Amino acid sequence: MRVALFIPCYVDQFYPQVGIASLQLLQKLGVTAHFPAQQTCCGQPLANSGCERDALPIYRHFVATFQCYDYIVAPSGSCVYHVRKHFDKLEQTPEVQKVRAATYDLIDFITQVLGVTELPGAFPHKVGLHLSCHGQRGLHQANESELTPVRDGQLRRLLSSLDGIELTELDRNDECCGFGGTFCVSEEAISARMGQDRVQDHLRNGTTVLTGGDMSCLMHLQGIVRRRQLPMQVLHAVEILNGEMVK
Amino acid sequence: MTHALRASTFVADAERTSWHDETLWFVRQKRDKAVYAVPEFQELRELASQIKEHTLSRLDEYLMQFEAKAQRNGVQVHWAANAQEHNDIVLDIIRRHGATRVVKSKSMLTEECHLNPHLTGHGIEVIDTDLGERIIQLREEAPSHLVLPAIHLKKEDVSDTFHLHLGTEKGNHDPQQLTEAARQHLRAKFLAAEVAISGVNFAVAETGGVVICTNEGNADLGVNLARVHIACMGLEKLVPRLTDLGVFTRLLARSATGQPVTTYTSHYTKPAAGKELHLVIVDNGRTQQLGRPDFRASLKCIRCGACMNTCPVYRRSGGHSYDFTVPGPIGAILSPNIDLKKHSSLPFASTLCGSCTDVCPVKIDIHTQLYKWRQVLAEAGEIPAAKKWSLQFMGRLLASPTAFGIGGRVARTGLRLLPYRLTHSKTFNAWAVARELPEPPKQSFREWYRETGKV
Repeated sequence: MRVALFIPCYVDQFYPQVGIASLQLLQKLGVTAHFPAQQTCCGQPLANSGCERDALPIYRHFVATFQCYDYIVAPSGSCVYHVRKHFDKLEQTPEVQKVRAATYDLIDFITQVLGVTELPGAFPHKVGLHLSCHGQRGLHQANESELTPVRDGQLRRLLSSLDGIELTELDRNDECCGFGGTFCVSEEAISARMGQDRVQDHLRNGTTVLTGGDMSCLMHLQGIVRRRQLPMQVLHAVEILNGEMVK
Repeated sequence: MTHALRASTFVADAERTSWHDETLWFVRQKRDKAVYAVPEFQELRELASQIKEHTLSRLDEYLMQFEAKAQRNGVQVHWAANAQEHNDIVLDIIRRHGATRVVKSKSMLTEECHLNPHLTGHGIEVIDTDLGERIIQLREEAPSHLVLPAIHLKKEDVSDTFHLHLGTEKGNHDPQQLTEAARQHLRAKFLAAEVAISGVNFAVAETGGVVICTNEGNADLGVNLARVHIACMGLEKLVPRLTDLGVFTRLLARSATGQPVTTYTSHYTKPAAGKELHLVIVDNGRTQQLGRPDFRASLKCIRCGACMNTCPVYRRSGGHSYDFTVPGPIGAILSPNIDLKKHSSLPFASTLCGSCTDVCPVKIDIHTQLYKWRQVLAEAGEIPAAKKWSLQFMGRLLASPTAFGIGGRVARTGLRLLPYRLTHSKTFNAWAVARELPEPPKQSFREWYRETGKV
């Protein structure tokens, strides 16, 4: 099984520890993932802004980089969703089809491909799980409150398997954080307000460690937590699952 | 003016924004409870979606069938290609009866056509009889929501408006007393009206009848008292058979307000003895939208407003921030069809979270259409030039691993070395108005991997 690790562009530059934790966690689960050095981005920032045509060279570069792997794993539901859903703009050659089908979010890869449903380790903290929309509603990684009152999902289950962990019950379990790609600057006022409201929900319900499957949402929420100097640490879920200690 | 600019004015009042958000979230929760209680709700959505798609695929046939049936029932059917024709037809009917006093129940179509100013400009008094609509009519405002037109107002605002226009006691904002004042005021208007205008929720092709759903009963009171009833409908309101209707009435009120059904679901099929029933069927851009494969599904909309109640942007930006008759996510995919340039910022007033699509009772792929309108807008040159250039620059950077590596290093180093007041300048960096930037690490992941990470 040839597995490639895709590290989203902003994670590569700002959150290398998330990439490292992804690599290490896969290693612990018996998978040696390779990081093809020529990788860049999935093209989503351009496409979501309307410039899908300008993103096509990025799409082609993505396919060329990863086409020889059986699985492409990324610690980001949003990028994976983009590859799967929006690479339909490319000519659907066998390589393109293969790459789209073989690209997995890390949590889905662990639970669905590797069949791992619980992990060893302890994390005795009150953890607030932020459900990122593209993973949840796009990749169906978690139940949606629009459809059912049952709060369930793969990441929730994996985190719950850690000893001593307590998950925060939020007032609004799956409201968007307001990051939204370029939305975070083009609609700055609304984006910030949405993020503040999400953080407030966590604060009100006792979250001390805020986590999720997408670093983009977490970068936005962390920006608010740090601006307001709130007693809350922000970690990508893979860091927790890999045994990261709280500072 | 862009959505972002109008939204920033609304959200600047933090307290009112909280209240607006919580009020609409409460409606969303009521919707959830009602939806969870119907085990077959998702099957109903699918069925409704298929019925609407089928109807749209043969709209011409169903419209002809509907017209023929309605005419056989003694209904006078009129066709309007656009808002102007619609307004002229309505005015003409009113004038033929020598009428000057008109009551009107809730109709987004007549809002879309700006019927009220047209009628008042010709000396006709037109009174909106839906409570929310009457409030905003007195204030000379546009509705801010499809089913809750005055949801942007608090009871204190209503009190001030009623004090000014209806002479209620100043500072008395008891909802019951305010409602009673509106009742008394409207009762006189109902009794005096010569013509009643209504909207249409559903039109049934096989019977030629129309269905009007309200909670206040104002539509029924109006049309039963007046001699002439003019029902105005967009041409997408059709369902093929009477048996299809139940699917939609089960979905409509639950999705809109969490009620199992609206208080009144009234069928109007033929004029009462000695009275007239007119139907005005309006296109106004709808066939153009029908001709757009990517956006045609937006015509399935039954105007429940669920996408507004769930939209985290709408709840914090208010309906007026959209500056279009239909606000919220559905308005953002309908409006570019009407005026691409004017409404060019609306498809960007979304995080593409997808919640709108998941609550939509007729399964319109709203967030996918928002994404697609963005592509249309960029291709048409309707996104800011600076944004376009920086994205194109970014595109070239991201297509080259070398350029990306260097660019990333330069950005991180810059962020580390430049003074905080520059990197976090609220003038140059919108991110930093309310958020800290991430702390730049010394090493990117790719640098770490090259040096130590290879396994």
